[in-house]
Amino acid sequence: MSTDRAHADHAHEHPTWKQYKWVALWLFVITVLEVWAYYIPAFVASKAFVPSLLIMSAAKFVIVVMFYMHLKYDHHLFRKLFTGPLIIAGCTLVAFLFLFAKV
Amino acid sequence: MATSAAIPTNAHAASSEQTGLWSWLTTVDHKRIGILYLYTALFYFLVGGLEAVLIRTQLAKPNLSVVSADFYNQLFTMHGTTMVFLVVMPLSAAFFNYLIPLQIGARDVAFPRLNAFSYWVYALGGLFITLPIFWGLAPDGGWFGYAPLSGPTYGGGFNMDFWVLGLQILGISSLAAAFNFITTIINMRAPGMTLMRMPMFTWMSFVVQFLVILAFPVITAALFFLQFDRFFGTHFFEVAAGGDPLLWQHLFWVFGHPEVYILILPAFGLVSEVLPTHSRKPLFGYNVMAYSGIMIGFLGFGVWAHHMFSVGMGPVADSIFSVATMLIGIPTGVKIFNWIATMYGGSLRFPVAMKFAIGLIAMFTIGGISGVMHSSPPSDLQQTDTYFIVAHFHYVLFGGAIMGIFAGIYHYFPKITGRFMSEKLGEWHFWLNFIGLNLTFFPMHYSGMLGMPRRIYTYDAGQGWDLFNLMSTSGTYLLLVSGLIFAYNFFSSRKNGAPAGNDPWGAPTLEWSIPSPPPEYNFAQIPEVTSRYPMWDLKAPDRTAGIAHSHADAGVIAEAHAVPVHEETERRTAKELGIPIPFPTIKPLLVALGIVVLFSGLIVLHAGNFPLAMATMLGGGAFMVGSLYAWLTSPLE
Amino acid sequence: MATATAAGAHEAHEHTHYTTTGLNHRKIAMWAFIGSECMLFGSLITTYLVYKGRSVVGPFPHQPWTDPVSGKVFPAILDIPVTSASTFVLLMSSLFMVLALAAVENKGKPGYEGLLGSSKFWLASTAAAGVIFLVFQAYEFTSFVHLGLTIKTNLFGSSFYTLTGFHGAHVAVGVLWLMTMLFIDIKRGLTPKDAINVDIMALYWHFVDVVWIAIFTLVYLIQ
Repeated sequence: MSTDRAHADHAHEHPTWKQYKWVALWLFVITVLEVWAYYIPAFVASKAFVPSLLIMSAAKFVIVVMFYMHLKYDHHLFRKLFTGPLIIAGCTLVAFLFLFAKV
Repeated sequence: MATSAAIPTNAHAASSEQTGLWSWLTTVDHKRIGILYLYTALFYFLVGGLEAVLIRTQLAKPNLSVVSADFYNQLFTMHGTTMVFLVVMPLSAAFFNYLIPLQIGARDVAFPRLNAFSYWVYALGGLFITLPIFWGLAPDGGWFGYAPLSGPTYGGGFNMDFWVLGLQILGISSLAAAFNFITTIINMRAPGMTLMRMPMFTWMSFVVQFLVILAFPVITAALFFLQFDRFFGTHFFEVAAGGDPLLWQHLFWVFGHPEVYILILPAFGLVSEVLPTHSRKPLFGYNVMAYSGIMIGFLGFGVWAHHMFSVGMGPVADSIFSVATMLIGIPTGVKIFNWIATMYGGSLRFPVAMKFAIGLIAMFTIGGISGVMHSSPPSDLQQTDTYFIVAHFHYVLFGGAIMGIFAGIYHYFPKITGRFMSEKLGEWHFWLNFIGLNLTFFPMHYSGMLGMPRRIYTYDAGQGWDLFNLMSTSGTYLLLVSGLIFAYNFFSSRKNGAPAGNDPWGAPTLEWSIPSPPPEYNFAQIPEVTSRYPMWDLKAPDRTAGIAHSHADAGVIAEAHAVPVHEETERRTAKELGIPIPFPTIKPLLVALGIVVLFSGLIVLHAGNFPLAMATMLGGGAFMVGSLYAWLTSPLE
Repeated sequence: MATATAAGAHEAHEHTHYTTTGLNHRKIAMWAFIGSECMLFGSLITTYLVYKGRSVVGPFPHQPWTDPVSGKVFPAILDIPVTSASTFVLLMSSLFMVLALAAVENKGKPGYEGLLGSSKFWLASTAAAGVIFLVFQAYEFTSFVHLGLTIKTNLFGSSFYTLTGFHGAHVAVGVLWLMTMLFIDIKRGLTPKDAINVDIMALYWHFVDVVWIAIFTLVYLIQ
């Protein structure tokens, strides 16, 4: 693992103030879109409603994890520690929805 | 025996503050915590064993009433709960604690006080769930606690309260320990100890910790639902309100199946240390052994519903879980063949540890084969909830996990105490155990196939079950005798066993380079590891000629002040050597106590005393938070 | 389980000891803890979704319900405008949190003077946002109870209060942690050396936020 050593003076660069504010803006905009979509009855009735909400929510999730939790910039080990369990949790959730005939 | 010669003690052990009761209550040394786990778990092994003896006595002949039917329910529930949560897991934890830091060349675990906390939560949680049996209030709904039998409508007594709350408490212990060991293994390996050079026990432990952190939250959530149903009137598992008991079964087995691997993989790791040592030959297919462990862990999350074929999930779900279960037989089979190949062509020795290791291979294979039989739903439908299943999981858990742990105890006893266990008594223990286990569990295949259901209180004569049950009961008594021989051997060898040096077995890994018992700092100098078998590089280089060797970066070695692996003979104290040692502290025990008091408040709530319940919970909670802040604000070393 | 993580604080001794990866012990443990929490919230969300639409009596989250016995009409329970506001507050708290971390990491450097460069200000803002979120949740729960939905009413009540209650408890632990950190900052001042402690706390805080992102969509918006 000697090649994996992150040297004391932080191999990773954290994003800057400016980036943080852009990220916040994006999160805000996506949330507004989500709530907006909720109030368009025709869209709620359409087949695109659930997938588009899931995509928007996932986008917010990924943005926070990558930028605010620095996973994009940090040691690859942290990425593994997070995505492994997340995938297992996601697969289990989907399996339950099938088993209980929800999808 | 002339062998009761004094073991050269380490200077630090001489002072009284290191040996009294207080020192055990406040210790944060991973080795002493490991010993605490070992003794506590062996005590519960006796408790769980006696429960089994009572069960088998009740079933010895048709229509006996040695115990009441009510008490019988408590016995089989507590036998399962005790053996899973209070015996096999903590015995594995004893080895995690004692061995992982030694095997990776570290001076302690990453969070020594958190480690003490894990132990105390386990010890107190164990009492919480065990003591009620003396008042006839022990859990009585099976170790799987199927709702709605465990819910308020059909299990309204206090019995299942202790189970629901006790498992929550024990879960905290396992989770805290798992975060600790994951960090320890990732971050405290000596220079040159790459992942693919870790001893196989450490590898399997690493996989197990991930199973714990992923499986336990699921049972935690399920137990909260059940807890809320019981105490706060929610409807999670109440059919009349639309609740679905199948949800409990699914959640329980999403935890329960990985739990099976949590129980067996540490034993697999132990025999993977014992077999190469006594075959005097490197482990066959090291990489494949590591990967198959990971594979077992990963697939272990996709097979849970094979415990539930009889509920009728439909052909698609049945097929998927059936195929996944058959798949998991592959990495498991790989391990069996690799152990056999390790012995093939080796220069074999057969001390008791080796006998138990070989016993594991044979017995686990029998249990594994009956396991593959259950993976086929049509076949499983004939076998489910019969004694055939009981036979199957006792072959994998007793024949597998417990035999592996015995192999580990005989193998590592000299390291832990500085003395050998008696080989002669060990032979008696092994053979009685081996015969006893087959006499107990093999006939269960037959009684099960003849239709005898699990968990029944008694049975009528003339169904062809009488002989098989009598055999099983006789076997259980043999197991009791063999267990008592083991206990005598264990305690008498601590004082009278023949002295063992640093490396009594000529074993290949780092823990054998330091004195037995190891000094509190483990390694006076951190070793630099250049291959998978550092001690054989020193003592039997011909065995390791074929494996990769390389040095770590010079900078890393300098930073760690590492020196080449050597036989450690240092006897000075940590203070004299200037090695920082964490302070002993009582605070982890206090936090654990606060948690148990907090949970006990719910029992008072069930008893109907609302003010006292609130006082207990708030008091316990405040005590826990206060002790936690005191702990976190005091320096480690 | 929050106890288990908190117990890790002040525990590690990586400054005087060699570590294999060069990473902080507690940060590794925190990521492992977050992985574990994925399974906990995964189970809670799964249960909510499995039980969705299976309550035998109302009230329901998205549709009004008339009690066949009393004839009483119950409105749809969930209040999207209020929850959108609290969601916004929690999202902003994540921004405050990263700014607090940046302020601690860069303490004394140019560009980090005054109020907007003050870690105390941003830590206090984050904690305040957390408290506002909790107040919203308290308001939400009480108004739902007034509308006739308790944890005992039906499956929706049981699974809804359990899921959002667990999330709220996590926020409360985070607020306690933030206030402790703020207290230390006021007492002795956090320096770049303390950044790792703030970093680990921030990971926990952002994770709690991320869970809410999932809950808001899956529970509140999708009908």
